[in-house]
Amino acid sequence: MLQLPLVVTAQVDLVLLLVSLLALWTRLSQLSYPNAVVFDEVYYGQFVSLYMKRVFFIDDSGPPLGHMILALGAYLGGFDGNFVWNRIGAEYPSSVSVWSLRLLPAVCGALCVPLVYLLTLELKFSHLSALGAALLLLLENSLIVQSRFMLLESVLIFFVLLAFFSYLRFHNTPNSSWSRYSWLLLCGASCAAAVGVKYMGVFSYLLLLGLASLHTWSLIGDRTVSHLSVCIQCVCKFVCLLVVPVLLYVFWFYVHLNLLNHSGPHDQLMSSAFQASLQGGLSRITQGQPLEVAYGSQVTLRSSASQPIPCWLHSHKANYPIRYEDGRGSSHQQQVTCYPFKDVNNWWIVKDPGRQKLVVGSPPRPVRHGDVIQLVHGMTSRFLNSVVCFSHDVAAPMSPHAQEVSGYIDFNVSMPAQNLWRVDISNREAESEVWKTILSEVRLVHVNTSAVLKLSGVSLSDWGFRQLEVIAEKLFKGHSSSLGWTVEEHRYGTSQEQKEREAELHSPTHIDVDRKISFWAKFFELQWKMLTVKQEDSEHKYSSSPLEWITMETNIAYWLHSSTNAQIHLIGNPVSWGVANVSLLAYQLLAVIYLARRRRGFRDLPDAVWCQFVCLGCVCVGGWLVNFVPFLLMEKTLFLYHYLPALCYLYLLSPALLEHTHTHLLSSVKHRRALCVCMSAVLLSVFLSYRTFCPLTYGSPELSANQLQGLKWRDTWDILYRRR
Amino acid sequence: MAKEECITQCIKTGDTSTLRNRKTFPASEKTFQTPSPPVSKDKNCQTAGLKPEDDTQSSNGTSAQFLARGTLSSEPQSRALLMLVVGLSLSTRLYKLTEPPHVCWDETHFGKMGSYYINRTFFFDVHPPLGKMLIGLAGYMTGYDGTFPFIKPGDKYEHHNYWGMRGFCAVLGSFLPVFAYLIVLELSQSHTAALITATLLIFDTGCITISQYILLDPILMFFIMAAVLSMVKFNQQSYRPFSASWWLWLVLTGVNLAGALGVKFVGLFVILLVGLNTVWDLWRLLGDLSLSLVDIAKHFLARVVGLILLPLFLYVTVFAIHFVVLNKSGPGDGFFSSAFQSRLIGNNLHNASMPEYLAYGSTITVKNLRIAGGYLHSHWHLYPEGVGARQQQVTAYLHKDYNNLWLVHRQNNNESQSGTPDLVRHGDIIRLEHKETSRNLHSHLHEAPLTKKHFQVTGYGINGTGDANDLWQVEVCGGQKGDLVKVLRSKVRFLHRATGCVLYSSGKTLPKWGWEQVEVTCSPYLKETPSSQWNIEDHINPKLPNISLSVLKPHFLEILLESHIVMIRGNSGLKPKDNEMNSKPWHWPINYQGLRFSGVNETEYRVYLLGNPVLWWMNLASLGLYLIMVAVASVALQRGFPLSQRRIEHSHVLKRGGGLLLLGWLLHYAPFYSMGRVLYYHHYFPAMLFNSMLTGITLDILLKSADLLFRPPYSDWLQRAGQMVLLFTGLYSFYLFHPLSYGMTGPLAHEPGSAMAGLKWMDSWEF
Repeated sequence: MLQLPLVVTAQVDLVLLLVSLLALWTRLSQLSYPNAVVFDEVYYGQFVSLYMKRVFFIDDSGPPLGHMILALGAYLGGFDGNFVWNRIGAEYPSSVSVWSLRLLPAVCGALCVPLVYLLTLELKFSHLSALGAALLLLLENSLIVQSRFMLLESVLIFFVLLAFFSYLRFHNTPNSSWSRYSWLLLCGASCAAAVGVKYMGVFSYLLLLGLASLHTWSLIGDRTVSHLSVCIQCVCKFVCLLVVPVLLYVFWFYVHLNLLNHSGPHDQLMSSAFQASLQGGLSRITQGQPLEVAYGSQVTLRSSASQPIPCWLHSHKANYPIRYEDGRGSSHQQQVTCYPFKDVNNWWIVKDPGRQKLVVGSPPRPVRHGDVIQLVHGMTSRFLNSVVCFSHDVAAPMSPHAQEVSGYIDFNVSMPAQNLWRVDISNREAESEVWKTILSEVRLVHVNTSAVLKLSGVSLSDWGFRQLEVIAEKLFKGHSSSLGWTVEEHRYGTSQEQKEREAELHSPTHIDVDRKISFWAKFFELQWKMLTVKQEDSEHKYSSSPLEWITMETNIAYWLHSSTNAQIHLIGNPVSWGVANVSLLAYQLLAVIYLARRRRGFRDLPDAVWCQFVCLGCVCVGGWLVNFVPFLLMEKTLFLYHYLPALCYLYLLSPALLEHTHTHLLSSVKHRRALCVCMSAVLLSVFLSYRTFCPLTYGSPELSANQLQGLKWRDTWDILYRRR
Repeated sequence: MAKEECITQCIKTGDTSTLRNRKTFPASEKTFQTPSPPVSKDKNCQTAGLKPEDDTQSSNGTSAQFLARGTLSSEPQSRALLMLVVGLSLSTRLYKLTEPPHVCWDETHFGKMGSYYINRTFFFDVHPPLGKMLIGLAGYMTGYDGTFPFIKPGDKYEHHNYWGMRGFCAVLGSFLPVFAYLIVLELSQSHTAALITATLLIFDTGCITISQYILLDPILMFFIMAAVLSMVKFNQQSYRPFSASWWLWLVLTGVNLAGALGVKFVGLFVILLVGLNTVWDLWRLLGDLSLSLVDIAKHFLARVVGLILLPLFLYVTVFAIHFVVLNKSGPGDGFFSSAFQSRLIGNNLHNASMPEYLAYGSTITVKNLRIAGGYLHSHWHLYPEGVGARQQQVTAYLHKDYNNLWLVHRQNNNESQSGTPDLVRHGDIIRLEHKETSRNLHSHLHEAPLTKKHFQVTGYGINGTGDANDLWQVEVCGGQKGDLVKVLRSKVRFLHRATGCVLYSSGKTLPKWGWEQVEVTCSPYLKETPSSQWNIEDHINPKLPNISLSVLKPHFLEILLESHIVMIRGNSGLKPKDNEMNSKPWHWPINYQGLRFSGVNETEYRVYLLGNPVLWWMNLASLGLYLIMVAVASVALQRGFPLSQRRIEHSHVLKRGGGLLLLGWLLHYAPFYSMGRVLYYHHYFPAMLFNSMLTGITLDILLKSADLLFRPPYSDWLQRAGQMVLLFTGLYSFYLFHPLSYGMTGPLAHEPGSAMAGLKWMDSWEF
């Protein structure tokens, strides 16, 4: 039954609404200007393009969620991925919808403003403080700049603030209602999102966990609550704040890996099994290969080491020189190397030492862990050999401590063939005892000397065509990836004669067997590679050290118009920046005084107010610390924009601290009034300096050289002038 | 014999421990009487609330019984136990001390440095000097004359007196179990816990091995443990502040801190531990409202004096002695600035006299101003293919060498033949010719080998004829056009004419092809940093009069600062090499891999540094156990479960004593994860000491909590049995693994007939 009258009562916080609209306006207006690649868009853009083409890549700068959000914008705007992101300042063609590319970060950046408003309310400060915090964020030039382009900081800040807001909302809602757990769930989700956008989110997440465990600890100490209730609440928190984020984090990777199913430029970094799971590339070659390596199989062996470059065991019709440059002698037998390109000379045939045949019998006899085999080079029919003379080892060309590996030629000298190798499958626990294509990682142990076939990573001289050296080394130490070899290409040999076989080796492999590795294996491999891949540490013109951020010593030029002086810089609002620093100092000073006085038994503040003050410190000062201090220990190239998350916490702190001063420290009306006047003046100057730097924030209007000179408030800022 | 003694001691101590507990918590009865929480209607809770009452009554009874006997017997008894620990510790460490009679592992460094002190020769090392000074002193006192060269591990000592230095280290190392015993005794008031700890350390093969050789580690750990012991004793004195013993322990803490830091920078971690403890202590005092602010200020000042000023003074004194003793030029000179070198007798800058202003035609050496920056250097070798242009390498080199010499030429090659040579002025354009190879200092638009944004610097041309890329503009920093370039004093920049970049030393070490010397580049960033500034050190020009430059002597504080920066640079410069298997911090607690001290193959006398795996794995397990126990105890306390007095005491020991030790372990272990330098297994040993002490406390309390599961007589039996098992495990595993420390010959472990057959439990062990 419809009940009449149908009444909807809505309460709208007009101030909040107004602030949100202003935020949207400052962040979204003229979003597609400049119609050119701005700063790090050149970096993120590549990945967006790769997403559009669904091509696999590795980016060590952060987990995939951030890239996926950017790619979502591109997808919605109909971007097809056909744009070459090669230099900053390149014009976008009309086919690229710049607006949609930049939309999501901008919206996230805009939403930070109302979030800060709400967060201040949750910290139990007044609406006026909330408005102050929102205004500081609204009028911060650096945040505007960072939001308006295809960059990730604003997204990170948004999720971090959302996590704190929802957690505090959960904490402040009275115990009885169950709906409050939806807030906790939201908190967990946004934590996962924050971590998924940038690794820096981890520190905020840890802070939040710390806060939550403090609250839980006091809950455990609360004896008015029954044991059962305590248990349930603890379990709920555990699930929402630990289990859910971890699952979601894995989920981002799941989506990422499902989206990117084509082979691409970074394939080489991954294992053969991983590569085979991608369409194109290796899987095109390996598709349809027999799985189990048998006697008579024709194989290519790829080194498991990706250092210095991925390569395959190789031999060719050239011998080791009789004497090396340093005067040592060699066996003068056929060279065995590691070659980084696909080549017909990479084919080897697995032979049973007891039989002469080089074909696979029927049924095929698979090779197992511990079996002894010989390896015959397909094109030259030389046996893979490692020589030990009666008196001395013949040393490898570049690594004299190890044995040389060669293709054996019988020169009829006193150098007998020692070409038996034992198959040692190092991941047999995970896979199986049978030698499998792609999946098994095999060590080839020389039977006579128990040395192991190894890629030394050194390039040979000219006589070896600068290919990589392969050696056999006796082992004392444990695991190393340069010892492992995997079969990549594989087929069962059928031809009896050498000529026939050569023709066979030149032909591509094909029979159909489907082969997959599990999602978890892919996930762990990708995550591990992302954390361990080291990129060249590069000096950058605009890089800065963390201590310079506090005083904003440096700026970053994001974009300069190709013909005029119009330009965009990452410069913060100097006045707000100062306010933030002052409030940080003031809070610490106040906290020390309060703490010492409380310790001495002076109760300056009522307990509720004290709690509020402590909570403010935990969230804001704690947030600043966890987002700033880790950078001091990092060795990578850092930029001013890394400081922005930390800065947001300070903007949250400033108005709240002022309110605290106003209500609890100043008693006389006169002082309070003075404070209000000061505040208005500061706000006004914040606004004015925002206005002043607007041309550098939005890139328009164009300023003259003199005006630009006037904006150079600090000598260390680097503002560009175009010579006319 | 010793075994049996120890067992009987153990049985007795079980009782005395409860006595000592009584002493520290006299007002126990009241706290126990907390009513059970009104909310808990659970049946289990009520029974749990009842049970402890029985316990306390019984324990009260027993303690009352033992009270009389305990007070009488505890002192001599504990003294006997202490003597036992001291005896066992000394005998295990001093046994076979002189074996093997050759240089083992790092003895080659620290023995050599000890010799340098005896010879008074200046050297450079990445560690502060105290440890090596003590080694030198020990050698000197026992008649070692400093003549053994310590060239490489394996060299026979022959007639040289090396046992004194080893003995000194071993004696200091023998104090470790004793200190650990005393610390645990103080923290837990339980002889069993202390004995468990002592057993773990006395019978640990790793601890024995590392104490028996001329190394810094026993000295370092001695100071660390002594500092912790004095700190714990000092905490104990808090009920009678400003008494003589209070001051004594405070001052001893400070002295030991200075000692620890003076041996290795790892001492910083124990300073941090003591610092945190002191802050906590002061915070506690601040909350004590019976103390006036003046009292608190006194406390504060006393600690500032005892724990900051005194150690600082001692530390600086150590350096002062170091500089006074080492006054002869030696192998470490090149690491230091020109001013520093002028102090050293025998150095060419000592009382140097040379032409004062740089002139054309002079032969010079050019030194980078970055601290521990090298001399501009070149040699016949070329850059390898793929690294810029294939021209002659130019590097920075820290040692003095004839390849550091350069000739100063005008850009247009015509030297004024007659008369006094012209002087080089600010803004002049010059050409620097390498004296040995007669190539010119050259740069061009190829990227530098390591710092990719910079340009490559090479040696180019034949006999001094090159091209326009060989021209450099000399600029005196802070100078004006026409200023002269003062030798040794002026900071000079060399600007490349053609590309506008500035000669720069990045401080990065080149790979093997560059002989691991330091990269020199031409930087397009013109910021004024010491890396791009150079000074002229040697200046030879026969046509100019030499002027004495003895005014250069630097201030003591300057030397101190400089040597610290050089040490820190040196430390961070010890990067792991790519082709070497390097030890990772996570390897250490699981005893993944040890270190070869001596010998590799079957015929050699082999000593292998590896902790006793049984004990180490026990340590690791108790670490987990401790965390669980402390979590359970804290939740129980926080939730207000009614607990017996004994358990409350136990949880206090766990939380306070255990917490301190856990913090110590963390502080000595966690920082290694963030270190970029090359790490070794033996870095874990200080942390391992803390871990062993924690194990003592944990296992002791675990055994004492046996009555949670069993009724009294059985629980006591279980407790005794547990203690026995622990003791025997320690002894037996020591028996199994003792060849690691005391040396083994014959076949390796994987072959039959080896002393260690069947004991190679992990593939990564190398014996």
